[in-house]
Amino acid sequence: MGDHVTEIVVFTVLFLLVSGIGFFAARWRAPNDMGHLDEWGLGGRSFGGWITWFLVGGDLYTAYTFVAVPALLFGAGAAGFFAVPYTIIIYPLVFLVLVRLWSVSHRHGFVTPADFVRSRFQSPTLALLIAITGIVATMPYIALQLVGIEAVLKTMGVTGDSAIARHLPIIIAFAILAAYTYQSGLRAPALIAFVKDTLIYIVILVAIIYLPYKLGGWGSIFDAAQKKFDGTPNPNDGIVLTAANQWQYITLALGSALALFLYPHSITGVLASKNRDVIKRNMSALPAYSLLLGLIALLGFMAIAAGVKPLPGAKAGSTDSNTVVPLLFDLHFPSWFAGVAFAAIGIGALVPAAIMSIAAANLFTRNIYKEYLKRDATPAQEASVSKITSLVVKVGAVACIVFLDPQFSIDLQLIGGVIILQTLPAVALGIYTRWFHRGGLIAGWFAGMALGFWMLYQIPNAATGRAHFGGSAFPLEKFAFIDSKTTVYVGLVAVAVNLAVAALVTLALRAGKVPDGGDDTNPDDYFADEGDPRVSVPAQATSTDPDLDPAPSPKV
Amino acid sequence: MSDPEVRAEAAPAVARAKDKSPWNWLLFLPIVVPLLTPLFNHDSPRVGGFPMFYWLQLLFIVLGVTTTTVVYQMTKKRR
Repeated sequence: MGDHVTEIVVFTVLFLLVSGIGFFAARWRAPNDMGHLDEWGLGGRSFGGWITWFLVGGDLYTAYTFVAVPALLFGAGAAGFFAVPYTIIIYPLVFLVLVRLWSVSHRHGFVTPADFVRSRFQSPTLALLIAITGIVATMPYIALQLVGIEAVLKTMGVTGDSAIARHLPIIIAFAILAAYTYQSGLRAPALIAFVKDTLIYIVILVAIIYLPYKLGGWGSIFDAAQKKFDGTPNPNDGIVLTAANQWQYITLALGSALALFLYPHSITGVLASKNRDVIKRNMSALPAYSLLLGLIALLGFMAIAAGVKPLPGAKAGSTDSNTVVPLLFDLHFPSWFAGVAFAAIGIGALVPAAIMSIAAANLFTRNIYKEYLKRDATPAQEASVSKITSLVVKVGAVACIVFLDPQFSIDLQLIGGVIILQTLPAVALGIYTRWFHRGGLIAGWFAGMALGFWMLYQIPNAATGRAHFGGSAFPLEKFAFIDSKTTVYVGLVAVAVNLAVAALVTLALRAGKVPDGGDDTNPDDYFADEGDPRVSVPAQATSTDPDLDPAPSPKV
Repeated sequence: MSDPEVRAEAAPAVARAKDKSPWNWLLFLPIVVPLLTPLFNHDSPRVGGFPMFYWLQLLFIVLGVTTTTVVYQMTKKRR
C-alpha cells in the first residue's frame, strides 16, 4: 500500500470528520424528544426544501450507483445508460403518487408503506407481506453499499489475506455508522448528505472537465469505446442500442423507476418532509442529480479511453469491473484529489446505508413488532426497538459481504428490485384506488413473486459462467409461445402478471361475495397538508392549534 | 421559501380537496418521451463529441425539470 499513503490519509480524515457530524446530528434542529419513532425514524417530519433535497438525493444516488453504472457502461456500452431515463421518469411519478402518500401518512401518522396498506385495506396480512418484502429487498441493497466502499479500498491497496483482515476496514466503518445512526436516527444521514454531495459535485465537475482534456476530448472517448465494443464477440454491446436490447432498455428504465420509489428508504425520505410543497418543489429540483448521474456514467467510457484494466475479482480469472472508476481516478488524479474522490464514494455509501437501515427497522417495528408481538407498545418502546433493529440490519449486511461472495449480494439486489415491484398494486395503486380486493392483492403478490423468481432462475450469466440469477434481461424466446431475440426486464413482466391476477381474483371474490376489509382512510386524506386540523397526534390524540404547532410532534 | 407562519389557516377540509388539476397530465410527457428509444438511438449528429444517444437523453433532463416546475407552479397552493 506504500504509494497510496496520501490517498489513505485524506480518505480517513474526511471519513472521521463525517462521523463526528453524524454524532452531532442528534442535537441538530433541537428535537423535542429523541425517544419517539417520529423523531428518530422520520426526523420529526419537519424537513424543509434543502434538507429533503439532500436527503432524498443521498438516498437515490448511492455509492453503488457511482461505481456500478459506469462499470456497466465500461462492460456493455449504451445499455448501461438506462440509469438516465430511469432517473428522469421517477420524479414526475413521485410527484403524482408520493405526494398523496405523504398526505395520508401525515394525517394518520403512518411511518411505513405497510402502515398505509394496513389501514387502506384493513388487512394486517397484506401489510405483513409488504413489510417483509420491504425488509428483504432492502438488506442486499445495504450490502451493495459495502461493495462500493470495498472497490475503493481495493484500489487503495487496503486488502488482506484472510476474510476478516480483508474486511476489517469495512467492519470498522460500519460500526461507526451503526453507532451514530443509533444515536441520531434520520438526522445523521440528513446532515451528512450535505458533505457527501458537496464532495461528489466537486469531484465530478473536475472529472468531466479535466479527464476529457487529458484523454483528447469527448469525441475520441466515444470513438475509443466504439472501437472496443467492435472488437468484442458480444453482439449486444456498442455505443448505441441494438435491435435486441431496446425493449430491455425501456422496460428496465421504467421498472427500475417504479421499483425505486417503492423501496422503503425512498418513502422514508419523502415522509420526513414537512409539507406537500417541499416534496413538489423537490421533484423539479432533484433532476440536477440525474445530470450528475449521466456524467458519472460516462466515466465508464473514459476508463475505456484511458486503457483501465479492472482489478482481479474474488475468484481466480475473474475481474471486478466495479474497480474501473476508482482506478481511473487513481491513474489520472493527483493522489490527494484521488483521496477526496474515494472519500466521496465512501461517504456516499454511508448516507443511503443509514437511511435504508432506518427504513427496514421502522418496518419491523411498526408492522411486525407492534402488530404481532406487542400491541400496546408506547412510542418510546417503538423507538428503542427500531434503534436496536437498525443495528441488527447493519450486522446482517456486513455478514453478507464478509461471508458471502460480493457477487452474491449483487444477485440478491437484482432479486430485490424484482420483488419490491410486487408491492406496486397495493401501495402505489392503492393510493389512487380502493377497487382491489385484499384477497386479490395477496394472490397477485404470490403470482408476481413466483413468476419473477422463475424468470430470474432461467437467466444465465455468460461473464461469470453462472447458470442462474445471472441478470435481469429475460429472453422472450424462453416463453414457448414467443419467437423473438428481444429481452425484457423481469420485474416489469412479473408485476404485469401480478396486476392481472389481482384483478381477476378481485372479480372472482366479489362474485363469490367474500367479505372485503373496509377502508380507514377518507378521500380527502390524500390532500391533507401541514397544519391540517384533522392531523392525528401520535402521542395523545388531542387536536393541536395548527398555527402554533405546524409539525405535530409530541411534547411528552 | 420555507415559511411555516404563512401556512393556510385551517381552511375547511372540503376546500383542501381541490388538488386535481389538468396540469398534472403534463407530467406524462417526461415519463413517456425518455422511453421512446427510436427517437434517440443514433450516433449522429454528434454535439461536442457526444453521440445523439447521449446528448439527447441528457437534454430530456431539462424537459423533466421544465414540466415538473411548470406543474408545481400551476398547482401550488394559493396563499
